[in-house]
Amino acid sequence: MSTSTKPKVRVMSGNEACAEGALAAGIRFFGGYPITPSSEIAEVLCYRLPAIGGRFIQMEDEIGAMGSIIGASLAGAKSMTATSGPGFSLKQENIGYACMTEVPCVIVNVMRGGPSTGLPTMAAQGDVMQAKWGTHGDHPIITLTPNSVPETYELTVRAFNLSEKYRVPVILLLDEILGHTEEKFVIPESVEIVDRIKPSDPPETYLPYKHTESGVPPMASFGEGYRYHVTGLAHDETGFPTNNPAEIGKLAERLRRKLDDARDDIVDVQRVECDDAEVLVFAYGCTARSANQAVLEARSRGLKAGLLRPRTMWPFPDREIHALAQQVKQIIVPELADGQIAHEVEWAAKGACPVKGFGRIDGQPIRPVQILELIEEASR
Amino acid sequence: MSFRYEMRLSGEGGQGLVLAGKILAEAAAIYDDRNATQSQSYGPEARGGASKSEVIISDGEIDFPKAENLDLLLALTQEALDKYNSDLKVGGLLLADAENAARIPEGDWRVYKIPFIGTARDKVGRAIVANIVALGVIVKLSGAVSEKAAEEAILARVPRGTEELNMEAYRTGLAIGEEMAG
Repeated sequence: MSTSTKPKVRVMSGNEACAEGALAAGIRFFGGYPITPSSEIAEVLCYRLPAIGGRFIQMEDEIGAMGSIIGASLAGAKSMTATSGPGFSLKQENIGYACMTEVPCVIVNVMRGGPSTGLPTMAAQGDVMQAKWGTHGDHPIITLTPNSVPETYELTVRAFNLSEKYRVPVILLLDEILGHTEEKFVIPESVEIVDRIKPSDPPETYLPYKHTESGVPPMASFGEGYRYHVTGLAHDETGFPTNNPAEIGKLAERLRRKLDDARDDIVDVQRVECDDAEVLVFAYGCTARSANQAVLEARSRGLKAGLLRPRTMWPFPDREIHALAQQVKQIIVPELADGQIAHEVEWAAKGACPVKGFGRIDGQPIRPVQILELIEEASR
Repeated sequence: MSFRYEMRLSGEGGQGLVLAGKILAEAAAIYDDRNATQSQSYGPEARGGASKSEVIISDGEIDFPKAENLDLLLALTQEALDKYNSDLKVGGLLLADAENAARIPEGDWRVYKIPFIGTARDKVGRAIVANIVALGVIVKLSGAVSEKAAEEAILARVPRGTEELNMEAYRTGLAIGEEMAG
């Protein structure tokens, strides 16, 4: 299945590309609450969705918005919400509900400076651990981190596809710079679209949380004759709550296994000049753009620098980092946060090489020259 | 070294500087077939407060989308001129509004004091098109986008019914630029 549009050069922002990507992926429901720097996503979808028979609703707050996309998805509509830090915090309880009830949905967080209302119009990357652990309890989740307007489009489509394929909420982490920077972009004529698997059993024998081999149970849409129970409580295959340790264990195990088994399908990195690299930079999002420029500049000066850039942040590309950690003298981790990802990289490197974090949390982007200086220092 | 041109359009929120930046980026990327980025910075206010739009035009890839070595700075307010002039390179073009950004800081630049807002208000008839007057001057003095590309980009972007007004503003800007360059 594909969607098509006229191939036309456009200049658009990351937020607009996100909305276009959602439309290409088959979004039919957006529930949101506007917040800088994410509001353009809602702005585009509020007139585009009704025009194609979809629904757009501005809810009373972010908690309601998150609840609305879970409900819409249970009724069969591909659903998304978009927010920034303060709203992302409010959505956490319902994100956990979507994890536990295995409801596909996409949550876009265009990161701004925090904590609290922080810096509404300035870029940050301080929600990356919140994307993984913001809701309580062990839970499966996927997080994607694009670094350009075209890639925001591509990874929004992928966010929907992974969400449908594995029945998990997928978080798309953008930042103010990506959301608001406009770049040249030609919308692809078609994209690959994945739809959730529907049950082949009749309603009478349907088990909504069946422990299938893949770990992903077929999902019936409400309104199609299947009536079943959905709860945030630990449940058995019927969807009803259970306190039976054996049943709880089976559920927990399946939730973990369905993403563990699919790890290589989900983890996605870009390597720039890594083959003979002696100094590695690990960076994502807007910071990866500065890192890319720094690495190319370092190469032009004869320094063997490379960039490892995660397009999927969670599950974490630990094996990819570990492999390169054994080859390089140092890994530099620039981020618009105070060491959040640097600590993860250090864990993944397992002592094979030193890891140097470089955090910036004053609302300003990390400039290429700052990373270049770190590469030069590490190369000495 | 391939072509690269960095511009910063600054003033206060509501002056249409982000729109002017978008038009320049679209002119370069769509009609001149180069690469371009437009990025913006503004405060939490809906109106007022220092605001800027940065446009980078290049024949190569543009990684870091923020301007660091400006070829051109437009300032429509004194606050913006004082706040945003530090990255203007030696010999760069400084276009300052003659009435609202009259105190020019020390710097080795090519300075033009132009009454953008006054011209838009008194000659074109609407102060709101000062951004498009400025765009005309920028196109003429910078040469970073072609005149034809800018015209097509303006017409594709401005609200329907305002094409004539905006074209008048654009042509007025081109004429000012021509005069300044001469």
